[in-house]
Amino acid sequence: MDYTFFQHYWWFLVSLLGALLVFLLFVQGGQSLIYSLGKKETELRLLLDSLGKKWELTFTTLVTFGGAFFASFPLFYSTSFGGAYWVWILLLLTFVIQAVSFEYIFKQGNLYGQKTFKTFLFLNGLLSPILIGAAVSTFFYGAEFVVEKGNLTSGLKPIISSWTTQWHGLEAVWGSTDSFHLNNVVLGLAVFFLARCLACLYFINNIDNAEISNKSRKQLLINAIGFLITFLYYLVRLLFKDGWREDSITGIISVKSCVYWENFMQMPVVTAIFLIGVVLVLYGFIRTYFCTGFKKGIWYSGIGSVLAVLALLLIAGWNGTAYYPSLADTQSSLTLTNSSSSPVTLKAMSIVSLFIPFVLAYIWYVWRKMDKKS
Amino acid sequence: MNADVTLIDWSRAQFALTAMYHWLFVPLTLGLGVIMAIMESIYYKTGKEKWKRTAKFWMKLFGINFAIGVATGIILEFEFGTNWSNYSWFVGDIFGAPLAIEGIIAFFMEATFIAVMYFGWNKVSKGFHLSSTWLVVIGATISALWILVANAWMQNPVGMTFNPDTVRNEMTDFWALISPFAVDKFCHTVISSWLVGSAFVVGVSAYFLLKKRETEFALDSIRIAVITGTLGIVLSVITGDSSGHLIAQKQPMKLAAMEGLYDGSKGAGLTAIGILNPAKEPNDDNEAFLLDIKIPKMLSFLANRDFESFVPGVNDLINGYTKNDGTIELSTQEKMNRGKLAITALSDYSKAKEAKDETALVDAQKRLDDNFPYFGYGYFDSPEDAVPNVPLTFYAFRIMVCLAGYFFVLFIFVWIVNHRRKFEKMTWLQWVCLLSIPLAYITSQAGWIVAEVGRQPWAIQDILPVQAAVSDISASSVKTTFIIFAVLLTALFIAEVSIMVKQIKLGPAVEDELHK
Repeated sequence: MDYTFFQHYWWFLVSLLGALLVFLLFVQGGQSLIYSLGKKETELRLLLDSLGKKWELTFTTLVTFGGAFFASFPLFYSTSFGGAYWVWILLLLTFVIQAVSFEYIFKQGNLYGQKTFKTFLFLNGLLSPILIGAAVSTFFYGAEFVVEKGNLTSGLKPIISSWTTQWHGLEAVWGSTDSFHLNNVVLGLAVFFLARCLACLYFINNIDNAEISNKSRKQLLINAIGFLITFLYYLVRLLFKDGWREDSITGIISVKSCVYWENFMQMPVVTAIFLIGVVLVLYGFIRTYFCTGFKKGIWYSGIGSVLAVLALLLIAGWNGTAYYPSLADTQSSLTLTNSSSSPVTLKAMSIVSLFIPFVLAYIWYVWRKMDKKS
Repeated sequence: MNADVTLIDWSRAQFALTAMYHWLFVPLTLGLGVIMAIMESIYYKTGKEKWKRTAKFWMKLFGINFAIGVATGIILEFEFGTNWSNYSWFVGDIFGAPLAIEGIIAFFMEATFIAVMYFGWNKVSKGFHLSSTWLVVIGATISALWILVANAWMQNPVGMTFNPDTVRNEMTDFWALISPFAVDKFCHTVISSWLVGSAFVVGVSAYFLLKKRETEFALDSIRIAVITGTLGIVLSVITGDSSGHLIAQKQPMKLAAMEGLYDGSKGAGLTAIGILNPAKEPNDDNEAFLLDIKIPKMLSFLANRDFESFVPGVNDLINGYTKNDGTIELSTQEKMNRGKLAITALSDYSKAKEAKDETALVDAQKRLDDNFPYFGYGYFDSPEDAVPNVPLTFYAFRIMVCLAGYFFVLFIFVWIVNHRRKFEKMTWLQWVCLLSIPLAYITSQAGWIVAEVGRQPWAIQDILPVQAAVSDISASSVKTTFIIFAVLLTALFIAEVSIMVKQIKLGPAVEDELHK
């Protein structure tokens, strides 16, 4: 197992964590539905009680995703986080207000009242999927930054990664600069609709309440349509757009046409994962909507969304593709080879990563045990 | 170096603000966690329902505190990237690994088992529930382990080498990260948190005694808490002593600041009481103290385990001195010169590599290797840049030590009177316990001020000063986010205190409405 293997292995792990995060955003999707599904106090409590038992998993997956990215590809961490400052700070703020809201909303002594924390939960549910989707989209559509490691020897400004716009990340979704892409917003919306669909499926599965189930099914239809429109639009654009690819010998990065289509063609296993994922997502949606007694849609669509997102992230970084293209300087684009940690670090962390299946299996076992008696 | 001082200061202020808020909640999580787990263990062993009730009450408060601790913790992880991007690349290869391991193992452990702890009372067996409670505590402690390993590494960078090709430090030995420095930091931080948890439990229990409610519950809680707290303080003194010894070896400037020591000496005394001279600057003729009482030779002993050894002061560290082993410690100016040589060598290395000039490459590499231990000094403008804020470090250290001593006496006293069944009637002492809760937090915060202010200006000791660690963002952006964080965290802190107070007033008899 050489350095290249570990770089690809860690991109796989980061992608898997990202995919799990997207699936677990059903918590956020559920939060964004509290005004639609939880109009009565009892319904609201049922919804939040159900989500309240899962929000930490989403939160910790986000933390782990960030930590794993930092450890395995620190140049991305330093470039994107330091550059797209406002996007990450906004995302951070929405998660900070979420974390306390679940614990405080129904507590006596709640100084700001239920409405405040309900609004916090809604804001997190509304904004975080869109922000995460838009941020992931920049893996394909790029951002405006320059990486110059020689700057460390500059007496004036020894900073390696610089953002070339004053918008510091907001240009990904809004602004008049080159990297203003409707596509980033579209993927953000696709993730938002997906999160809401998954939330509907989760409520149908987890809450034994006919009214909530019925309302969830209606919401499922609306949001599934929204998801399909935005996702298909994004997918078609993605398959035929230019991408940034690194020459494996010279390390020179150049812009090529239809890179992501090529990646799917050259990595049939990834393509199969993607297609299976999409089919599972749709199967979960369709069967749940049409068969009122069917409650396991969350498992089909959940696993499907993990597989589909995993495949999308794999085509962003594998096969010599620059996973974080620079629109300001092509050679500054980040690839697995120029942005990863050292072999020793990747190897050490790989050993630790072997614990992940056991941790996940144990989480599954514990929740099964708990849910059996709920 | 022409650094943007405003950006650096706002970045430091924001990190300090968010870290201090985070540290308001973490020590209670660590300390209260141990106490409630002990209570549940007693319930498991004796089967007495009162212990279950007691444990559940403290768990309720634990949960309120835990949520905001988690919320504030994620900010710090993000800030390494958002505000210290240069740092993230320069040492991310080493620093990122403990952070990732923390996420993979510890956070998931907490996230899973905390749910069992709250929702699993009638769903899993008593033994499984108890295991989950302990695993929450262990998970929280392991979280602390890895972040403290990372923090200790910043103060004592080991197990890595600088790679001029990638322009960063790279890990060579993972296990070296768990250095004596890291082990000591972990033990001292975690165990000292027991003080906060214990002071909280004792204070809240005293409130019930003052209100003449839940007497048995309160006295039981106090019994567990004072033992935990006293043990915590004793172990903290041992780890604190070891910490002081290690600081003397690895961060002598921090020790000098902690002691307000400007001119070092053999057989140096430990300042027991002191008022610093505000006019004092390095290398001037002013006296360091307006008033001081020293314990003769004690500082030398604590620093080097030798009453007659030499302990350097701020001036010695700036001007250079002869160490106890006879070797010469360079002056800061000389270190700055060598740091600049290292930076120039790195620049030359890159040029030689581009020009494919093998001879120049080897020469640059040699110059870089020879001078790299002083790399960070190359970013200084003057030797005084290497001196941290002496008064803040000096007074914070004394506040920490004095308050820890105060709590030791308080816990022992409460332990004795409670054992003799007199505490219930000692209203004044109950008031003292209640009013002492904030002091425990001040103790804990003061400890971190010593650790973090005392190591300034270094992000990574000797290798990367804060001015070379920041992100390329505007000072106004950071100023804005500082204000946002200040407002938000203060509002959330007020919310937390308000809910906590209400829950305490309701007492153990009231079940939580949602999470029952």
